Amino acid sequence: MAESNEAVIGLTRELIALRVARELSPGDAVNLGIGLPTLVANFIDDEAGVLFQAENGILGYGGILESDFDQDQINASGQPVDLRPGASFFDSATSFAMIRGGHVDVAVLGGLQVSQQGDLANWFVPQRGGGSVGGAMDLAVGAKRLIIAMAHTTREGDLRILPECSYPLTAPRCVDLIVTDLAVITVEESGLVLREVAPGVTAEQVQARTGVELSLAPDLHEMDL
Amino acid sequence: MVAKVYPTPDAALFDLEDGASVMVGGFVSGGSPSNLILALQRRGARQLTAIANNIGLGDKLDVLAESRQLAKVIATFAIRASGERQSHFEQQYHRGEVELELVPQGTLAERIRSGGAGLGGVLTRTGLGTSMADGKETLEIDGEPYLLEKPLRADFALIKAYRGDSLGNLVYRRAGRNFNPIMATAADVVIAEVEELVEPGELDPESVETAAIFIDRIVQCEPVEVRWDG
Repeated sequence: MAESNEAVIGLTRELIALRVARELSPGDAVNLGIGLPTLVANFIDDEAGVLFQAENGILGYGGILESDFDQDQINASGQPVDLRPGASFFDSATSFAMIRGGHVDVAVLGGLQVSQQGDLANWFVPQRGGGSVGGAMDLAVGAKRLIIAMAHTTREGDLRILPECSYPLTAPRCVDLIVTDLAVITVEESGLVLREVAPGVTAEQVQARTGVELSLAPDLHEMDL
Repeated sequence: MVAKVYPTPDAALFDLEDGASVMVGGFVSGGSPSNLILALQRRGARQLTAIANNIGLGDKLDVLAESRQLAKVIATFAIRASGERQSHFEQQYHRGEVELELVPQGTLAERIRSGGAGLGGVLTRTGLGTSMADGKETLEIDGEPYLLEKPLRADFALIKAYRGDSLGNLVYRRAGRNFNPIMATAADVVIAEVEELVEPGELDPESVETAAIFIDRIVQCEPVEVRWDG
């Protein structure tokens, strides 16, 4: 349980996605995991020069379509997507050659737990007696940069940023950046560094909801949304 | 020359018996051989091992769980981590009635590819330091550790393409490729469902992704509508 019961209001899922979108640069090939990460595509303009990769075999898809469902043109979350000029299709072996082979610049995945060493657990929920791995293990190992987008604690207030993950790992020492409803945290050799807090949230409130001691970045500031 | 064209998906499965291992192409709605899956349900073969990317996300593969035809599933996505709804497969899995081997998606692709390409498996960093490494050999190559993953083959592969000719050359559509071209290489009997069947010479050789040599049977079917409900 969180050490503090004081209520804090953090970012919505959409604003977490918006903050993650700010991390992407022109020319980046980016894979978005199931759930919250898929929202990131909606905050990137066609002109931004970001290439979204879906592990089911598309490079260069655009936004998620509300209509015109084409069952052969979906992202890895099963959502219908449009194509940007220059898009391509390929099979699963080629798709994971891109992922494992270090050709994907950034992967954005959801998380259940992250440790202070950057270990990630995001596929198996012990209380439910299961989970599914999909492409997460390959992405965690292969992407050049791994961003985790998640709620800072569980709905019940259980901590998710911990000394060690108690859930089965997706991969050890793979996370580079954590973006939550409360904070932006980087994983460094020295441990976890608090870089930004959500508007109206204090560093103390973030620390109270984090299971490891956070170092404060010299330029710690409020997120610019 | 052996005639490869079958009149119906049911006819194309004439020798698929109890206990068979069956690869099934597709990624949720994309490139899923739904007509062949529904024919397999009608055929009623039981104690099957299904090898597929996913089961129970709106795909038709879950009908084989519903009719209790599956003994084992090898997949990357089979159990939801959240949400209320459970597929037939999930319910049977939680009751201990069906076995599940969960495989990382890139590893599944390469195990199948190596099975079809006559290779002895693959070495991957995926799964190192996780429960996926349990009971598997780790090899060091140029100072870096890799997990040894063994090749995967099946008795049958059911795949879906967009167009095919009567020799078995196949062309896919959009993201309908996914696991289909690799599964086409890795089973003793490979059966393709296509939306359009044409005569040899009508497909542009430059655009053929699966060459005729890999295909044993081909059947033309109207596509079945499938939608993710994960």
